[in-house]
Amino acid sequence: MSIDLPAGSPPARVAFYNDPKVRSIAYQVALCAVIGFFVYTAARNAIANLERAHIASGFGFWNTTAGFDISQALIQFDSQTSSYGRAFWVGLLNTLLVAGIGIVIATILGFIIGIARLSKNWLMAKVAAGYVETIRNIPLLLQLLFWYNAVLKALPEFRESFVVLGGVFLNNRGLFIPQPIFKSGYGWVLIALAAGVIGAIAFYVWARKRQERTGQQAPVFSMGLALVFGLPLAVLALAGFPLGFVFPAAGRFNINGGIEILPEFAALLFGLSIYTAAFIAEVVRAGILAVSRGQTEAAYSLGLTSGPTLRLIVVPQAMRVIIPPLTSQYLNLTKNSTLAVAIGYPDLVQVFTGTVLNQTGQAVEVVAITMVVYLTISLATSLLMNIYNSRIALVER
Amino acid sequence: MTIAEGDLAVSEIRFVRGATIAARPPPAAMTGALGWLRANLLSSPFNIALTILIALLLAWLIPELVKFLLINAVWTGSDRDACREVVQHREIGACWPFVWERWSYFVYGSYPIPQRWRVYVFFAMLAIGVVWLLWLLWLEAPRRDLGSVYFFVVLPITSFILLTGWSAIGLLPVDTALWGGILVTIVVASVGIVCSLPLGILLALGRRSRMPAVRLFSVIFIEFVRGVPLVTVLFMASVMLPLFVPEEYSPDKLVRALVGIALFASAYMAEVVRAGLQAIPKGQFEGAMALGLGYWQMMRLIILPQALKITIPNIVNTYIGLFKDTTLVFIVGIFDFLRTVEVARIDPKWAAPVTSTTGYAVAAIFYLIFCYAMARYARVMEARLAQGDKR
Repeated sequence: MSIDLPAGSPPARVAFYNDPKVRSIAYQVALCAVIGFFVYTAARNAIANLERAHIASGFGFWNTTAGFDISQALIQFDSQTSSYGRAFWVGLLNTLLVAGIGIVIATILGFIIGIARLSKNWLMAKVAAGYVETIRNIPLLLQLLFWYNAVLKALPEFRESFVVLGGVFLNNRGLFIPQPIFKSGYGWVLIALAAGVIGAIAFYVWARKRQERTGQQAPVFSMGLALVFGLPLAVLALAGFPLGFVFPAAGRFNINGGIEILPEFAALLFGLSIYTAAFIAEVVRAGILAVSRGQTEAAYSLGLTSGPTLRLIVVPQAMRVIIPPLTSQYLNLTKNSTLAVAIGYPDLVQVFTGTVLNQTGQAVEVVAITMVVYLTISLATSLLMNIYNSRIALVER
Repeated sequence: MTIAEGDLAVSEIRFVRGATIAARPPPAAMTGALGWLRANLLSSPFNIALTILIALLLAWLIPELVKFLLINAVWTGSDRDACREVVQHREIGACWPFVWERWSYFVYGSYPIPQRWRVYVFFAMLAIGVVWLLWLLWLEAPRRDLGSVYFFVVLPITSFILLTGWSAIGLLPVDTALWGGILVTIVVASVGIVCSLPLGILLALGRRSRMPAVRLFSVIFIEFVRGVPLVTVLFMASVMLPLFVPEEYSPDKLVRALVGIALFASAYMAEVVRAGLQAIPKGQFEGAMALGLGYWQMMRLIILPQALKITIPNIVNTYIGLFKDTTLVFIVGIFDFLRTVEVARIDPKWAAPVTSTTGYAVAAIFYLIFCYAMARYARVMEARLAQGDKR
């Protein structure tokens, strides 16, 4: 079937302003112009405002002496000699420390609660559901303030500290635990640890190759455990335990020696782990539910028992669903650690975007650096995630 | 006489049942309360141990909570002495008189007392708007257009005039520095909710647009905002925004935080809406184009109604996150509900060991009720939407 056009009629024409191509270019040019105008005006205002406030822009402040103290520093930090740049690194390391430990705790707690929600035990399932519904629906900031002000700051004062075995003190200034001291010969233990890790990886690769070739399985898990933990312990024993402890001791006004865990750190860690665990629990539950019942039944009919079924059939498939949202929960935890500013834990935002910004007045530079740090963490994680996703994605047809 | 095989068989049968036997009841241990207990709590030694452990935990936790909130709680009093163990010589639970006295501060902050009727009117209008909106999302509601106009146009403008004041019609101007408490929490949350949906839709459409410049801008904006924590966005809004505008137009503190929250929420909303757009089959787009609809007509009449419908549960979940995130304005020095609790709790007049916990308990209950209600709504909506897909 065809449409007969009268012979000699001109081809259908549209006015140029109705041409989709022309329109699209016009819209884009207009958008760019508007954004450019905004950026230009903002920049001009910023320059004018900064000049009026006598603030020199630039990153010259980076090497200036900071002149303030930080309550928890993983690297040497001294208020007299250290620079703002060093304060930045101290803050960043503190952020990474609390995020790293928080991620480990939240993952363990989250997996336990997620699996508990699917338990056949009615009481267990209901308690886990109650935990998730309560914790998810209360703002994290409120939980942090509660842990800090109502729990940890309400601990007894220094004079009435809880003392455990004469070596561990707990009071409203923090938890004081013995600090291990490494004596000579400790290097051998470290070497043994490194050798154990390398050996475990090598054994895993070998076992996998052998299984692909012959179908025989090797005890990878117990062997790995023995190599990573057993070997260093054995060397430690051979070297005659070159390990001592500095015990915290109560002085008149303070506790000296040992490792001090600040209440700010503990409150942030509790809050972040407990809050994120509720979200991880939901991710885990959804992941396990996403593996269809037929997979388990098929595994049973192949003769696998319930242990290997879980380990070889259900968990690998559930992980495919769990890992991407799990990573975004890890990112959320890292981003939420900025709430440290509310309880005074010296993380990146509290030290850098708080104190350094207030002292230097370099708002644009400081906020930009902070954002770049978090953006880098986020983008790097999502890049790794995309690589992982493309590796484990289902290959269809 | 020989007996055929068949005859013998027949002669041996003495009884044939003519009717079916009624089913016997299952063993007593398998049904009723006992059976339920066995199946759900005591199915294996491990489960028995688990049940006992959790029961012990609950037996400790629940009485402690009830004791703190009700039995040992103080119900009347005028200052801190009513809530101190050293004065009262008994175990003290929650300090409710502290909450009664500070309640108006928790709700209005320092909003001038003679002008507080304006806050009431605002709350009432918002309640009407919310009910209307819920009805609006309840699929076959009539006059959806009026509802959305009310919620997205009428409500913001009248609330703004009502709360900030307008001398021309006799409403005294009230500085936003005086606003506080639940009022600010609700204002921040509503601004976030009202702004994030339209902005989020625009950004989501931009991200799926065929124009490279529009797409690039949307992607950069969305990924940038989603990659940084809300605290830094708020910091940026509160310290950098004043730099970017001429000094005489420098926005006040609350407006800066509102801008930060609105931008942040719209980036998250954009991703939620984009997920909905991606779920629409290509045939819907092609069908709309074949009917001769232009881009905006296609989006407004064909695509968005379907895409938004399936994303309603996720939109509500984003709103829950937004509502919890409003507490972060605390950090840039705005007196939201949590901040008023925080200020009241360190007031020397009520300084007692239980004051902090009482204040936090009230705040927790407030957020729990709101967020849980929204979560329930999202779940009911999800179930309702799934009905059509059931086979």
